[in-house]
Amino acid sequence: MSDNNSVAFVRTETLPQLPPPASQAGAVKWARENLFSSIPSGILTLVSLYVIYLLVAFVGPWIANGVWNTDSLAECREVLDGTTGACFSVISERWNQLLFGFSYPVEHYWRPGLAFILLFIAAAPVMFFDLPRKLLIFTGLYPFIAFWLIWGGTIFTPLFALAGIMVGYLVYSRYVKDSFAMGFFGGVIAAFIAWYIGGFIVGAIAPEEPFLEAVQSRNMGGFMLNMILGVTCVSLSVPLGIVLALGRQSDMPIIKWICVCFIEFIRGVPLITLLFVANVVLAYFLPPGTTFDLILRVIIMITMFSSAYIAEVIRGGLAALPKGQYEAADSLGLDYAQAMRLIILPQALKISIPGIVNIAVGLFKDTTLVSVISMFDVVGMIRGPILSSTDWNGVYWELFMAASVLFFVVCYGISQYSQWLERRLATDHR
Amino acid sequence: MKKTAFIGALTVAGLAAGMASAGTLDDVKERGTLNCGVTTGLVGFASPDANGVWDGFDVGVCRAVAAAVLGDSDAVEFVPTTGKTRFTALASGEIDMLARNTTWTFSRDVDLKFEFVGINYYDGQGFLVPRDLGVSSAKELDGATVCIQTGTTTELNLADYFRSNNISYEPVPIETNAEGQQQYLAGACDVYTTDASGLAATRAAFENPADHIVLPEIVSKEPLGPLVRHGDNDWADVVRWSLNALIAAEELGVTSANIEELAAAPTGNPEVNRLLGTEGELGAMLGLDANWAMMAIAAGGNYGELFEKNIGENTPIGLARGLNAQWTDGGLLYSPPFR
Repeated sequence: MSDNNSVAFVRTETLPQLPPPASQAGAVKWARENLFSSIPSGILTLVSLYVIYLLVAFVGPWIANGVWNTDSLAECREVLDGTTGACFSVISERWNQLLFGFSYPVEHYWRPGLAFILLFIAAAPVMFFDLPRKLLIFTGLYPFIAFWLIWGGTIFTPLFALAGIMVGYLVYSRYVKDSFAMGFFGGVIAAFIAWYIGGFIVGAIAPEEPFLEAVQSRNMGGFMLNMILGVTCVSLSVPLGIVLALGRQSDMPIIKWICVCFIEFIRGVPLITLLFVANVVLAYFLPPGTTFDLILRVIIMITMFSSAYIAEVIRGGLAALPKGQYEAADSLGLDYAQAMRLIILPQALKISIPGIVNIAVGLFKDTTLVSVISMFDVVGMIRGPILSSTDWNGVYWELFMAASVLFFVVCYGISQYSQWLERRLATDHR
Repeated sequence: MKKTAFIGALTVAGLAAGMASAGTLDDVKERGTLNCGVTTGLVGFASPDANGVWDGFDVGVCRAVAAAVLGDSDAVEFVPTTGKTRFTALASGEIDMLARNTTWTFSRDVDLKFEFVGINYYDGQGFLVPRDLGVSSAKELDGATVCIQTGTTTELNLADYFRSNNISYEPVPIETNAEGQQQYLAGACDVYTTDASGLAATRAAFENPADHIVLPEIVSKEPLGPLVRHGDNDWADVVRWSLNALIAAEELGVTSANIEELAAAPTGNPEVNRLLGTEGELGAMLGLDANWAMMAIAAGGNYGELFEKNIGENTPIGLARGLNAQWTDGGLLYSPPFR
């Protein structure tokens, strides 16, 4: 039957594809679904748009009209002549002070600059595991190179500091086979002896005119100081935090209680108090005339502070591991150090990454607190010398905006890296 | 055993330190630089410029002392201190003198064991009001809202003043000068009160300074001066007389312009001769060179020149001499005679 049916019309080719209806595609669909899905949502969208408009209408001309090349606030206001506009000239005139402080010698700005660039090379192999492991040698040398570049002076100081560590390591590796404690303490003692002797040798052979002119600690300032404090303290406090976290879980009561007391004491005291101790109170205990480098004191205090917090974060990571992991390590016959190094810590640290990054970012921003103990970090520079100069008294927004941009770039970078790291280390196949 | 050795070492270190700090003057000479405590920045009084060179009225005192002792006004290591760290820095010996617009009060002089060697600026608490308010005297401020820094002597002075004049006010507590500036401009308070020099600097930073006036009443005494540690009178004398030399120089008409000429040979005025070391032994009595005062004055000019250059009427701060004029001009500056 069906054979005989004559078919009046048979389409021989497929229809051209039509675009979806306008309301179901593209920006319109997205807007309907996301911005105007209901009446309240629509109202909120309009209100938000209005607020954004207000912000842009206010900030836009302020930035666009910005004045970049006057010598003082009064002059800048003259140029603006009553119109809205920012006086960015304070930044173009004082950018070097914001970055390096006011007393770092201008002709040596390349030194911290170079140290900053080298920092990326040194940090790369630690941060990205796919890079050749040989780069780690440079990472190990970096602290000494950076110290020499930024502080200058005779190159023998960092060389002997490095030599001391090497001597310590040699002694450690020689004795660690017999007993860990013997190796560890032997290494520490050997390193101190090497430094002590090295101190005399450096004093004797240091040239009168070192290749890089020495710069005093009190001349450090600006964002450079924030970077020095932030980088040093973060990189010191992570290992210290691991040690403290493990110590807190230890079965040995003395070690455990030392760690608990340390962590609880530090966490119970505000950072600013510790900074005042570093700056003011220590000066009473030390005999007059002894100058124990202020930056070093501050680094010690901030490191202690952040290591206590990082220890608690890592303890959380350790506690989050199933007991089976510890037992598995034991059943493989691994000793404590091996179990920690190969089984427990890699997993615990992975869990702790967000917390550690959180503390690192917070710590980096906390370095601005040193401005209250009369150190001229970027905030100290703004609040002190720049705002108190006759030329620039009264400029607030531009300066603090510049400082925020500097901090935002670094902190956002750290945060993006940590997200990448979490994705990279994700092994749970979610 | 270990412990006693440690304590012994500490004692020795303490003794050595005690001996070393017996003579600040000798320490400074040996070191070749003067460690001078200044503020971390106060408009007109101390702040580093774009090249990092410190300048200001208090800085001028430091430079004068350095020039008097070491003959070089640049041989100063400026140690910036905050209001919180300044006294410990001085007490611990980190700095040799403090020139940080510090008010001379009984308890600081006696209880904190410091020695104020003189007064380089007579300040006092004043009131800043918008011109629109139509007020010409602080006594008309009945019922006004006043921005005031909490925890300072200005707060107490304000309460005293309003109570003794039997008028009422409403305090708006603020934390820092910058905050006060913003609050006042935003109209959160009718009146802003702090030291008169600070008010002048604040007003100078406004977009339209002419719209605001500083009322004539000064309600407190804030004598600001350099200070040193108790117990080193030789050093205190050096700082005191360096400051007096600046003040006396203005009175005697010795300026940085004519000092070379006056110091070249004895002049007709014996006091100028004694000051500039062309007559008498004043420098030797202090343990300094004969031309110590000449160096101090040449460093930045006499008191009047320092004032005009840093905070005077031709600067944006625009302070009048007022109480800080020479006694011969109706002010309070009165240097004891150089003889």
